[in-house]
Amino acid sequence: MIESTRRSWWLPGAGLLLAVAFLFGAMIGPAGPDWWRVPLELLDRLPFVSIDSGVSPLESSVLWEIRMPRVVLAALVGSMLSLAGASYQGVFRNPLVDPYLLGVAAGAGLGATLVIVVNRTATESWPIDPLPLAAFIGGLLAVLLTYLVGAAFGAARVSATLVLAGVAVTSLATAIQTFILQRNSEVVRQVYSWILGRLSTATWSDVRLVLPYVIVSSGVLLAHRRLLDVMRIGDDEAQSLGARVDRIRLTVVVAATLGTSAVVSVSGLIGFVGIMVPHLVRFLAGASYRRLLPLTVMVGATFLIVADVPGRILSDPAETPIGVVTAFLGAPFFIIVLRSRQGALR
Amino acid sequence: MTSLAFSSLTVSYGDSVAVDSFSDVVRPGEWLCLIGPNGAGKSSLLRSVAGLVKYQGQITVDGASLDLRSTRRRAELIAHVPQSPVLPDDMTAFEYVLLGRNPYVSYFGSETKHDRELVRQILERLDVSEFAQRRLGTLSGGERQRIVIARALAQEAPILLLDEPTSALDIGHQQQALELVDRLRREHGFTVLSAMHDLTLAGLYSDRLVLLHHGYCVSSGPADEVLRAETLSEFYGVSVTVHRDPDGTVVVVPRRSTPLA
Repeated sequence: MIESTRRSWWLPGAGLLLAVAFLFGAMIGPAGPDWWRVPLELLDRLPFVSIDSGVSPLESSVLWEIRMPRVVLAALVGSMLSLAGASYQGVFRNPLVDPYLLGVAAGAGLGATLVIVVNRTATESWPIDPLPLAAFIGGLLAVLLTYLVGAAFGAARVSATLVLAGVAVTSLATAIQTFILQRNSEVVRQVYSWILGRLSTATWSDVRLVLPYVIVSSGVLLAHRRLLDVMRIGDDEAQSLGARVDRIRLTVVVAATLGTSAVVSVSGLIGFVGIMVPHLVRFLAGASYRRLLPLTVMVGATFLIVADVPGRILSDPAETPIGVVTAFLGAPFFIIVLRSRQGALR
Repeated sequence: MTSLAFSSLTVSYGDSVAVDSFSDVVRPGEWLCLIGPNGAGKSSLLRSVAGLVKYQGQITVDGASLDLRSTRRRAELIAHVPQSPVLPDDMTAFEYVLLGRNPYVSYFGSETKHDRELVRQILERLDVSEFAQRRLGTLSGGERQRIVIARALAQEAPILLLDEPTSALDIGHQQQALELVDRLRREHGFTVLSAMHDLTLAGLYSDRLVLLHHGYCVSSGPADEVLRAETLSEFYGVSVTVHRDPDGTVVVVPRRSTPLA
């Protein structure tokens, strides 16, 4: 009983942490209002609350048009990558997979490159932007290829096989992308800026672009949290308990890939989040997916807001890309996970 | 009480046939035990009932074909205790047993108060309530086996499939686990189909034995008919002495090729 009471505090705790990170993210930045005026300005925007925050119109627009979209986008990207990572780990029963290691990001990059090469200026004005969709199709093909290659050589649940298949698929997608770029050097700049992402120049329209995908994908994934627990006992036993394992796996992979591809199309390549955050949450709150998935959303959002801060402060001479920050933290973390999960690789 | 019938059941993996035209009827409340050397087809037969392998022929439960049932409906009828179940180290015993309620929970739903209460009662009945909140990784072999049986009970299925339920246990825990299954089937009227290696225990607890060899049923009947020294020597290639105790217990004892001094 004591244990279950303690567990019920994790979600509110993570929510509080996210709120603090959000506020912190809104208060920090080179230009803009004094930091202590920001909470007042935010309160002022609440319905039925009117506070004179003393923020000038210019400062207000720095806060609302530059900082806020960036913080919101970082939160969306962080939560989506973490949630997708945890879900992939669940359906593949493999602690080492994440959207990058499975080749999703490289496949999405290839899909996006193709759209840019064909004619970005024409497609941009389409009622539905084809860029995230192309990224989704590329990402989905890549993860399916990884799974098929991994499954072809022994059991797909053998961690090492799946990760190695992901490496191979990533290399293939990257090679094709490089080949296409060589033939179309006029779009290199555009593609390169897409790969690096535009978190630093985030606008509300970026938020609007990814939000529907993130909502649909997260909704589907969170709804599967109980079934992911059933999947933990293996395909055969889950099946004998009445779970239709293949259908669950396909649904989760499609949903996670949809979300990942959409956020990658605005944030660029941000590695290791999908492996770091779920493991951190598992370590703190246990491995049950019912707790893990909602907590991952909160902690992932918090993590990326915070990880984006160095990039915004250390802007001299050039801003540090957030992918560099997460890799800096993530690479050693990955090695620690490998060390503690050595058994899982056999 | 529920009957389970097979008519010319055949299970094959590519070219190799694991079970060949097996026909039998397990009566309601009966405990039928499959015996036979490794690779005789015992597990394949159990897995076909659990819906884990494709098969030809018919499996019927109370006269209705199993093929027509969805995965979920099948899980309401049949609980399968595998030979080496996957027990995630950091899952608690309660969470694990609760998985047994999966057939009754809708796709996106979650367990009701009734499900949790039922699991609590099952844990109490199996005398394992005290480690409900313990992680599976910290349990001993005997405790794990009882938790796996508890998960099968949570399915509330009238047919229980047990694949080598005692192979990982010491003699005391073997007896404990089989006594438990025996008690439960008397209380609930379960129909039990098991596969076992220990011939003495198989004969002691089941109502009827089926000896499989290369996928064929070569002998079927009560223990004292099936467990004969010459039969076992023919199909297992062993040299054994079979004792019959006055109370009807059949004891199979291996013999050394060089006599004891």
